[in-house]
Amino acid sequence: MARRLPRKDVVIVGLGWTGSIVAYELARLGLDVVALERGPWRDTASDFNIGTAPDELRYAVRHDIFLRPKQETLTMRNDPSQTALPIRKWGSFLPGNGVGGAGLHWNGQTWRFLPDDFRIRSHMIERYGAGIMPEGNQIQDWPVSYDELEPHYDRFEQVAGISGKAGNIKGTIQPGGNPFEGARAREYPTPPLKQGYAQSLFTKAATGMGLHPFPRPSGNISAAYTNPYGCSMAPCTYCGFCEWFGCANYSKSSPQTCVLPALVREPTFEARTDCEVTKVNLSADGKMATGVTYVDAAGEEWEQPGDLVLVCAFSLFNVRLLLLSGIGKPYDPATGEGVVGRNYAYQTGSGASAFFEDAKFNPFAAAGSLGVALDDYNSDNFDHGPHGFVGGASITSAHTNGRPIRYHPVPPGTPAWGSAWKKAVKDTYQRVTYVGAQGSVMSYRNNYLDLDPTYKDPLGRPLMRMTFDYQPNEQKMANWMAERCQEIAKAMGANSTRLSRLGVPWSVVPYQTTHNTGGAVMGSDPNTSVLNRYLQSWDVSNVFVMGASAFPQNAGYNPTGTVGALTYWSLEAIFKYLKSPGALVPR
Amino acid sequence: MSRTVVRLRHLILLLPLFAAGGAAAGPDNYVDIARGKALTIAGDCVACHTAPRGQPFAGGLALQTPFGEIMAPNITPDNTTGIGSWSADDFARAMQDGRRPDGSHLYPAFPYPYYTKVERGDLDAIYAYLRTLQPVENRVERDTLPFPFNVRLLMKGWNTLFFTPGAFKPDPARSAEFNRGAYLVEGLGHCGACHTPFNAFGASRNDKYLEGNQIDNWTALNITDDARVGLGKWSVEDIAQYLKTGQNGFSLASGPMKDVVENSTSKMAAADLKAIAVYLKERGAAGVPASTPLAASDPRMQAGEAIYVDTCAACHMRSGEGVAHLFPKLAGSAVATQQDPATLIRIIIAGGRAAATDGFPTSPAMPSLGYRLSDSQVAAVVTYVRNSWGNAAAPVTEATVKALRARITGAAAGD
Repeated sequence: MARRLPRKDVVIVGLGWTGSIVAYELARLGLDVVALERGPWRDTASDFNIGTAPDELRYAVRHDIFLRPKQETLTMRNDPSQTALPIRKWGSFLPGNGVGGAGLHWNGQTWRFLPDDFRIRSHMIERYGAGIMPEGNQIQDWPVSYDELEPHYDRFEQVAGISGKAGNIKGTIQPGGNPFEGARAREYPTPPLKQGYAQSLFTKAATGMGLHPFPRPSGNISAAYTNPYGCSMAPCTYCGFCEWFGCANYSKSSPQTCVLPALVREPTFEARTDCEVTKVNLSADGKMATGVTYVDAAGEEWEQPGDLVLVCAFSLFNVRLLLLSGIGKPYDPATGEGVVGRNYAYQTGSGASAFFEDAKFNPFAAAGSLGVALDDYNSDNFDHGPHGFVGGASITSAHTNGRPIRYHPVPPGTPAWGSAWKKAVKDTYQRVTYVGAQGSVMSYRNNYLDLDPTYKDPLGRPLMRMTFDYQPNEQKMANWMAERCQEIAKAMGANSTRLSRLGVPWSVVPYQTTHNTGGAVMGSDPNTSVLNRYLQSWDVSNVFVMGASAFPQNAGYNPTGTVGALTYWSLEAIFKYLKSPGALVPR
Repeated sequence: MSRTVVRLRHLILLLPLFAAGGAAAGPDNYVDIARGKALTIAGDCVACHTAPRGQPFAGGLALQTPFGEIMAPNITPDNTTGIGSWSADDFARAMQDGRRPDGSHLYPAFPYPYYTKVERGDLDAIYAYLRTLQPVENRVERDTLPFPFNVRLLMKGWNTLFFTPGAFKPDPARSAEFNRGAYLVEGLGHCGACHTPFNAFGASRNDKYLEGNQIDNWTALNITDDARVGLGKWSVEDIAQYLKTGQNGFSLASGPMKDVVENSTSKMAAADLKAIAVYLKERGAAGVPASTPLAASDPRMQAGEAIYVDTCAACHMRSGEGVAHLFPKLAGSAVATQQDPATLIRIIIAGGRAAATDGFPTSPAMPSLGYRLSDSQVAAVVTYVRNSWGNAAAPVTEATVKALRARITGAAAGD
């Protein structure tokens, strides 16, 4: 039997980017805020010593800061005809664990989605006719426009100190930036990172092909910076230990560097770590949340009453918590009814390796978001008519790391072990680079999340079941993008190239990306969305759900910039809600 | 905490300490209590009178002195274990004369040689504030010093030699601001208790006032206006900013000064901080002259440079310029060129953190590197930092590092 604790104004589930931002902004108003975090406390000074932070074995191989399958896993299958089995070792994606969440272990690429991405359904049909829409799709317009989000993208970039070059300031195209981006109010807070040799070849080749390369926006920042919360950051040292690592140099934008130092000074804020929320509790009529139930590290169960419940866990676990709590109707692909779990999406990865006989790329001098990208093939920046697919990709030349254990690319035909492999690793390390395409994934009737009928977690609750595969539209798109990457790689002067097509069926084993989106999407219609345009539950008005789970489908970018923008957008609505509680959009 | 209380707290912090002393405060005199709280903050009483993880002001912190440990007493108004039964006169006597109500002597680890300068009106306000604290029952052992120092009557002789009782006397030739700063620094702020060298009897040496000292294996810096090892390069605004935010373009507060900034100066009124800065800038300079820097070809410098490039330069920069707000500048740093290298040595061996304040909440960490740098390597890199980028200070020996490492890690020096 759970013991009942004193009431709080705000209960936050998960203390990553979204949780820490909302906690700070609400505690600053004097509200009593508690954040419940499943994993341990982590801060730069205590956890990331410069002498031990770049430990590839500990962090990249043994997954020190990631969720253990023992804590929570999910079952997976490619389509509804199969029986899902539990993931026993995380592979394709790696959910974080502990304070900072994905914001601690990410690479730092901080994009704004393009204006067309927010009304992609309407836009594509207007331009190409309904025939272009893929079979079985559930693509839907976002309930918010780029222009509405712009001040909130700006706010997040200012808090995170993002390094980049604007391409469009208030409608005026800026040389050196991304000419396709939506209009920005101002330049990035810090200038772009210095690029490497591969990026200079890419820039020259792409420019020669009439494309528009630009330094990609980076949360590994280029210069000393103090953000609006007073938190200070230091310039990146290009050590190449970003993704899967905490940064000991105060150079990677994260809750640890950008929010927590200010948040922990708030006298009305409290964090309880190693506390897993098991359920959002509802009133008898199911219309209001009364708080949450959680289990602490000792296995004790507690009830934490609260007036406002903000669900800020990783996207997949947001969806599971809604399903376990009975908030919103679960999605059923057989009938197409219900909303929770609907429109789960992911990301495509394809591209081309470029092998040079005489080059020295120094891949170890790197950063998680170092790189030059181009958006000529993203969203609807090009004519989709001849291609017959929806969506696009950002194409990038990047070196995020040259770490010794896991970075050893070899040419096609190299044996997988032995002296020939060793020789190939040695010969290739400095002479290979990659042109990659990170692409959108649309939403489909049969890609979804629900509760598994068989498998349960240690607390006896059903695991979540993921049903997902790359659909023909995504395969066509990603493979076409791989060819574009290969063209650029050849133009860079590569002596040989190797195409990387989209791997199908989607496999949970090799690492691909932790850009899991959807399942608790925002929308204008309660029949096709869990949340209204302010990330407020249609069904339970004192529950807001932050994060990429709100994306109606995924765009050809990393999600965090948009997650940050939606958080500030939703916060503005929460400030209004606090003055006048209730549904912010009539149902 | 209710919003009203938060607002009141801010109001209290904003009250400058300039308000006149006035009549003895009663517990119902809100203005005096608020002023007393501000004065208690300015005196940083909480720093010594709170045990690690203990209740504020309930005592129990062991103060390390050359003569042994002295336990800071409980100053909450608990009748049996605190100062609940003390009158305002009793309190003033302790502060001004170093005597308990029963007449027995206090040790000058309690800096009454400084507090004697505090005006009676201010003492009454502090007393009024302390009376409003929640009484905490916490009995603190009073007799922890070994013989002969446990004989408190000895303090009578000590007082005769080293203690000049009496209130602060403003210098009419100086500005009111200077005198206000002097009153705070020489009195309640008791800055000299750390920043002035002791004589063999543990008394502050007036001839070396504010010229620096070693406290708890940290260097308490020279805070005279000396251009090389003191505050000479800092403007009045730089000093005030450092005290308010824990940092300025020259330095970040760490070690015991981190606590002073966090508990005390960051919460003081801007006018008082400026007065302190004016006093420190105008009262004069004194410091050891620069030595000749070691040649870059000196083997110690070459060894030190190699370590610096591998271990230090990523944050402190090859140029020694550091990173604003995070990684202290070493080029031209007074910390680097103090005669006593204790802070440099201990922060390399044991690490440290900078102050967290509302202005700069980050509190960056210097990692501990003692686990992988030997005594001779620490000596080499410290010597390099003390003699590069225009810095010049005496080289540091392996033996100095070894002795300090032993003190801060508890390891026997002979190991």
